[in-house]
Order: sequence, then structure tokens, then C-alpha cells
Amino acid sequence: MPDKFDAIVVGAGAAGLAAAYKMAGEGLSVVVIERGDYPGAKNVMGGVLYRSAMEELIPEFWKEAPLQRPVVEQRFWLMDSQSAVTTSYKAQEWAREPYNCFTVFRGQFDQWFARKCAEAGAIIINETLVESCIVENGRVVGVRTNRPEGDLYANVVVLADGVNSMLSKQLGFHKEWEPRQVALAVMEELKLPSEVIEERFNLDPGMGATIEIYGDSTLGMVGTAFIYTNKEHISIGVGALLSQIRQRKVRPYELLEYLKSHPMVRPLIKNGKPVEYYAHLIPEGGYNAVPQLVGNGVVVVGDAAQLVNGIHREGSNLAVTSGRLAAEAIIRAHKMGAFTARELSTYEENLRNSFVMKDLKKYKNASHLLETNPQYLNEYIPFTNMALHEMLTVDGISKWQKQKTIKERVLQQRSLFSLGKDLYKAWKAVK
Amino acid sequence: MKSEPAINNKPLNIEVNLDDKLFLNRWKPDEDSHLAIIDPSVCAGKCPGKDCTVFCPAKVYEWRNGRMTIGYEGCLECGACRIACPHGNIRWRYPRGGYGVQFRLA
Ligand SMILES: Cc1cc2nc3c(=O)[nH]c(=O)nc-3n(C[C@H](O)[C@H](O)[C@H](O)COP(=O)(O)OP(=O)(O)OC[C@H]3O[C@@H](n4cnc5c(N)ncnc54)[C@H](O)[C@@H]3O)c2cc1C
Ligand code: SF4
Ligand code: SF4
Repeated sequence: MPDKFDAIVVGAGAAGLAAAYKMAGEGLSVVVIERGDYPGAKNVMGGVLYRSAMEELIPEFWKEAPLQRPVVEQRFWLMDSQSAVTTSYKAQEWAREPYNCFTVFRGQFDQWFARKCAEAGAIIINETLVESCIVENGRVVGVRTNRPEGDLYANVVVLADGVNSMLSKQLGFHKEWEPRQVALAVMEELKLPSEVIEERFNLDPGMGATIEIYGDSTLGMVGTAFIYTNKEHISIGVGALLSQIRQRKVRPYELLEYLKSHPMVRPLIKNGKPVEYYAHLIPEGGYNAVPQLVGNGVVVVGDAAQLVNGIHREGSNLAVTSGRLAAEAIIRAHKMGAFTARELSTYEENLRNSFVMKDLKKYKNASHLLETNPQYLNEYIPFTNMALHEMLTVDGISKWQKQKTIKERVLQQRSLFSLGKDLYKAWKAVK
Repeated sequence: MKSEPAINNKPLNIEVNLDDKLFLNRWKPDEDSHLAIIDPSVCAGKCPGKDCTVFCPAKVYEWRNGRMTIGYEGCLECGACRIACPHGNIRWRYPRGGYGVQFRLA
């Protein structure tokens, strides 16, 4: 092994592997250090992997990558305790190449992705924890690992160590996240035969569906529950802001069990045999929480930089894109032979001009709005359920009378003025 | 304007056998704990809620006979306790490389 690399990547997740693949492909000497037994051993997603970001790196990757199902239908539920208002979009285009997105197991996908990096020339070192960056004269020059004589040196270190982001915190790029800047999610895989999954979710063989669930599924806390179809498993999980889980004194596994026993959910997962149980944080701080991204000899990518669009459950694509853009900046710096924050700042520039920062900026107030205005999840979702319940329950009462009842019941809790104001605020937060 | 956001406080009334869930996972426990309480007197005297015993998704922390026990072997390494302990009283590290929980799917 060389005593000095062009680049060290910390973390073999989506962001780190994207960066490594790109740099190795350009002939840079790259080492990826991962603390798990293998890449993916620590990673949790559920999860929907978007095609476009991956394809920029590896054209037609779907022909060889271990994927679960192409997603052809995305459903959304506004859930109350005994009911749900549901909507969905299903598209045949999504069932054909080039597809839109896929469910994946990160435990398998990340191993494949790491093999691609190795084929491109990167060295992958597993079972090794990076404990700190080595800093000399205000420059990151390498990393210290937990192995004996485990110091490694490089021109640039890519911090792709995920949401806990211990290393950029050590460098002072950000403070400890606040409990409202992360969501805590728990999830389970349930095993079921593929035909049963296809029948229950109304799917053609091999195709997949996703369900995002808002409202009672998180007891009105800011967050979502989700159900994703894999080949022979269903991923079911729920996450909410850590601040609210703490305040509400929720035991996360009880919330998951509550979801599984909901009358809307129970029939979909019936006889599903639990095979694995997970917990993971999700960055939710959004645009305002994005830390310093670039320093002398160092860049931060993916979850470590809070790059998640919670409103659209997009994280892996932001991770892959940020990894790729960081790699491009490093390749450019490599050609110039200089690696200070100035040369590396093209990463930050390009990230700001990409969908990553543009989307985070667009939604920068959305999560905060939901957090400070719990009525959106706590009152309006039950209102919607109640209104449809009234209008659709046929019991000899006139529709005029029913409309009047609905209006009265809503206005008992909310004035017309506050309804109007909330509508306006919601529109402003996503416009 | 409402000041303190109200949250739905309905009780869940649900029994979960968490050990059954944790038993499903593949573990490589290290000999030493990667988690520690920094100052036990803070837990005993300043933290009536003992929040970590509630929000931890693996029930790693349990308050028994006036002390905190840490079942670090079942830690899912999420990081929640480091961020949400109201007193910053948890010394949190990742387990050594290659140790801890090893997920196969997800
Ligand atoms: C329950 C859940 C559901 C999700 N669903 C979706 C979804 O449907 N679609 C989507 O796009 N996104 C989803 N996300 C978000 C997505 O998983 C993340 O945004 C994405 O994985 C971030 O990639 P990353 O490479 O930045 O971090 P990670 O994938 O977390 O990778 C970080 C890597 O660094 C390693 N590491 C950390 N510290 C060290 C160290 N000191 N030394 C060595 N190695 C280290 C870790 O072991 C890990 O392999 C979900 C997240 C969760 C938790
Ligand atoms: S939450 Fe923190 S201070 Fe409170 S009991 Fe747990 S570790 Fe101690
Ligand atoms: S890291 Fe997560 S699972 Fe481990 S003790 Fe802390 S809260 Fe519990």
C-alpha cells in the first residue's frame, strides 16, 4: 500500500462510494475506510434509490446492481386512528427502462457499489474505524484509524461518515446537531412470498410500490411512516423528529408496533415474518443546518453535511450527487496540484448550483413550519378524514346538512381566519 | 398564536417484546462498552425524566436501583442518545471497527 494517497474517503455509504468511484475512474489513488464488516453493514434506508443520480456515475447500473423492485406506484396516506384518506400515482413508464427509482437493500447494494469502486482501482478497507483527522498546520493531511500503525495520509480527505458526522464536528465545521435537526427512525424487514406481495399491492411480477403515511402514524409528530415492497420482504418503518419523540416520551419500537397494528396496515403485512430490526437517524435540519463543506485538504458530503430533502424522502440521491461533485472538484485540484479550501471550493459552488442545494433551499422552512404548527398533522388530517367520512357515509341525512356539520366541527377547533392563515403559510413554505 | 406546540398524547397501550426483535440481528459485541455515562450523579439528581431509557430504540439504558445500566451489546448505533440526552451526559463513540451490529438487508 502506498504511504500517501491522492484521496482518503471515510465511509463506504452512497456518498463516499460515489466519490471514490469517480476519483478512481480518473486514475487517482483512492482508499475507502469503512467501520462495518462490509459496506452497508451499518446502513439503513428502507429504501428508495433514485435512478438519475446513480446513472450519472454508472450508466445502466440497473442491469447489474442488486436491486429489489422498480417502483411503479407511489401512494400517500393521510391517516387517522381508524381510517385514511389515500391517493396514489402509478405510471407504466416507471416499469420500463430507464425506470425512475428502485427499492434496494443497502446491505447488498453498497457491497456491489464498493466492488465497482475496487474494479475502478480504489482500495476498500473494512472493519476499520477512523477516529480522527490528522491536522497539520491548519490542513487535514490524513486520518487516524483504530488499527495499530493505522495512520493514513492523503492530499484530500472526503468525510462521508453519515448523519452522526463525528469527524467534521471534531474539525469544528458544525456543532452537535440539535434534537430537532434529526429524525429518529426505526424499521423492520418482514418476509413474505413475492406473489403475496404482488397480490396485496396490486403489482405486476417484479414491480414495486411505496406508501408514505402521515398523521396518526407518527401521533402527529413531524415525520412519516413508510411501507416499501422488496422482492420477498416488506420494509416497514416510522420516524419523527428526535426532539418530539423525546418530548412525547415515545418508545420508538412501540410506535412501530402501533403502526403495524393499524387497521389500514395490518392486512398488508399479515403473516410477514420479522427478520431484522433497525434504528438510524435521518438529517432533518435542511438548508439552514448545512455545515461548512470545505476546508484545507477536506470536504464533507452526504448525510454528514445534512444533505437530505425530508419532504420528498430523498437522501441517497443527494448523497451520490454530492460525492460525485466533490470528486470532480478534487480531480480538478489534483490537476492544479493544490488542495486548499480555495481549490476545493468548486465543490461547494457546484453543489449550490445543483438540485441538491436548490431543493434544500426551496423547502428550508417546511419542516420548521410543521414543527411549530402541529395543527397541520394533528388537526387537518383528522378533519380531512372526518369530512370524507361524513360525505361518504350514507345514512339518510342530506348532503347540505352533512356539509354544515363538517363546517361546524372544523370551526369548533379553528377559526376561519386561522384556517386561511395556515393555508397561506403552507403555500409559502413549498412555493 | 399558540406558544408551546401541542402534541397528541394518546397512550399507545402496546406491549412489545424488544428482545425478540434484537435477537433477529447479527451482532459482534466488543469486550468493552463504547458507551458510558459521564457523571452518574447527573442521572440520579438532575434528570427526573431519564429520557434515554425511553427514546433509545434498543432499550440500552435501564435505571435499576439508583444506577444506570448500559446494555451496550444491543446498541443499534443510531446516535440518538448522544444528541438527545438533555444533559449531554453520554460519552458516545462508535464501536471499534468490525464490532457491533452488522445489518444484512435494509
Ligand atoms: C429509515 C430510513 C429510510 C430512508 N429512506 C430513504 C429513501 O427511501 N430514499 C432515499 O433516497 N434516502 C432515504 N434515506 C436517507 C439515506 O439513507 C441517506 O441519505 C443516505 O444513506 C446517505 O448516504 P451517506 O453515504 O451520506 O451516509 P451513510 O449511508 O450513512 O454512510 C456512512 C458510512 O460511513 C461509515 N462510517 C461512519 N463513521 C465512520 C468512521 N469514523 N470510520 C469509518 N467508517 C465510518 C458508516 O459505517 C457508513 O457505511 C433513509 C434513511 C433512513 C434512516
Ligand atoms: S438522559 Fe442523560 S442525564 Fe438523563 S438519565 Fe439518561 S444519560 Fe442520564
Ligand atoms: S446509539 Fe441509539 S441504540 Fe445505541 S444506545 Fe444510543 S440511542 Fe440506544
